[in-house]
Amino acid sequence: MIKFLKRSYLVLIFAILYLPIIIMIIQSFNAGESHAKWEGFSLRWYQEMFKDPDIVKSLGITVSIAFLAALISTIIGTLAAIGIHAMQKRPQSMMLALNNIPMTMPDIVTGISLMLLFIFTGVPRGYVTMLLAHITFDVPYVILSVLPKLKQMNKHSYEAALDLGATPTYALLHVILPEVMPGVITGAMLAFTLSLDDFTISYFTTSPLVQNLSTLIYSQARMGIEPTMYAMSTLMFVVLLTLLLIVNRRGKADQK
Amino acid sequence: MKKLALVLALILCCSSLCMTGAAAEEVVNIYNWYDYMDDSVLEDFTAETGIKVNKMYFTTNEDMMVQLRVSPGAYDLVFPSDYCVERMIAEGLVAEIDFDNVPNMEYISDWMLYPSYDPDNLYSVPFMWGTVGILYNTKMVDEPVESWGILWDEKYADNIFMLNSIRDAMGITLKYKGYSLNTRDLNELTEVTELLIQQKPLVKAYYVDETKDKMVANEAALAVVWSGDALYAMELNEDLAYAVPQEGSNVWVDAMVIPATAKNKENAEKLINFLCRPDIAQRNCEYIWYSSPNTGAIELMGEDYTENETINPSQETIDNCEFFNDIPDNYLTIYNTLWEQVKNAN
Repeated sequence: MIKFLKRSYLVLIFAILYLPIIIMIIQSFNAGESHAKWEGFSLRWYQEMFKDPDIVKSLGITVSIAFLAALISTIIGTLAAIGIHAMQKRPQSMMLALNNIPMTMPDIVTGISLMLLFIFTGVPRGYVTMLLAHITFDVPYVILSVLPKLKQMNKHSYEAALDLGATPTYALLHVILPEVMPGVITGAMLAFTLSLDDFTISYFTTSPLVQNLSTLIYSQARMGIEPTMYAMSTLMFVVLLTLLLIVNRRGKADQK
Repeated sequence: MKKLALVLALILCCSSLCMTGAAAEEVVNIYNWYDYMDDSVLEDFTAETGIKVNKMYFTTNEDMMVQLRVSPGAYDLVFPSDYCVERMIAEGLVAEIDFDNVPNMEYISDWMLYPSYDPDNLYSVPFMWGTVGILYNTKMVDEPVESWGILWDEKYADNIFMLNSIRDAMGITLKYKGYSLNTRDLNELTEVTELLIQQKPLVKAYYVDETKDKMVANEAALAVVWSGDALYAMELNEDLAYAVPQEGSNVWVDAMVIPATAKNKENAEKLINFLCRPDIAQRNCEYIWYSSPNTGAIELMGEDYTENETINPSQETIDNCEFFNDIPDNYLTIYNTLWEQVKNAN
């Protein structure tokens, strides 16, 4: 009985988590336009999706921004984490507090203040400003995923490397970095996914000329969201899931 | 570190160069609702004139006005709704259109010229229009739908979808009682609020975008909808029909205006003229399937258009309808408070 309750509780939780996605995936294969009617299985919306220049363009923007933002914020965040780790107790906790504030800040506050900054400095909003904004909100997450790995690391490895004649740069690249790599990769993945699905901050920091997928979906609200978007979201879901599985596999292989 | 700064500076320079580089060729930047134009029409415009069209999209009139203020000069042609045109004129956000550059204006229906939102017809050209009415399921409603009163008929309890949109919901109730959509008479507004509270037990749900698909799925007998949504739903479910009650209703227009800060005003005027050319207006109308203001296009479309009463209501119906006028902020507060009363009533 208890076992049954446990099971059904689990099933219920997973149903709530995944049912919306499953419904959307099913709808993406609907031949008809209205989700009120099932008109047969078809790949029509997948074809139309790749024919729509707006969707293709914004997909390119979304992925390239996510990739660049993840790359740059991982570099900045990893270096920052190493620096913070090497600090004295007091400045370290101060730095961490400063690092946590942007994360707890509502996106809308970050978005509006970045928009004001860009207007104030006269930088025309577009691709570059959106990228800068994404790097800004990604960095704290990278720092937080790299720091624990640094803490786990044997303090003396770096010193030993120096004693054995390594230059600081060599020791950083060949001793510290390989040790903290799992944290760096987690941080990069986190940054990538955060950037991929961000709406609020992107909305305020880009011009309508440069739209990513989330702002494009938002602008469809009046005429109704088209099933092409279900197809696009299904594809993204599948790609992200595969990415996640690969990373998990890798993690397990590393542990062995 | 210096190298990094140099690289960053270079990236910034390059990106700003790209932007100025693009401005050298002839362009027109349009700011429209998403999916509100047949894109092949714009390709033809570029092929004919050599003017490149940059498309941008907005979601609500209010969003668009914010963007227009924070990025002056970014937009050359915008497609706001009627009441928003009025507000933009009042705030000096739009430029007078040089109608010498828009000879195809002659095709615009007479009744749409000099509208109440642009009384001197200096700033705007209508793009698409439609009505607000009742979408009903002929299998569930036997009597003819002629009056808004049917939305208060107990027979249809729990079988009605109302519009969850303040001015539309209050507006049709005002029309039902024979008042103006744009009334500022507090007695009339309170009376209407009470009626809406009375109606509440009969209403199955207050929806906006969901209505059309729910009606396709036969989930209610009656719904208040925009004619564009009605046309979409009727195409998917042949039991559905649409009527504009005889007390009159709202007629809405999405118009084209040129922002006062536009950098390519003449190109925008060329594009307006192009979009008013009958064959082009026809293609846009057939793509969007909303009512067209263009008499030339209507002639080209023939019976498909003229025989369809939903898209082409009689002049008598139109004459009974009103545009929404912009209401000042203090009245917006009153509308909001009254609508809250409706939504919170038990």
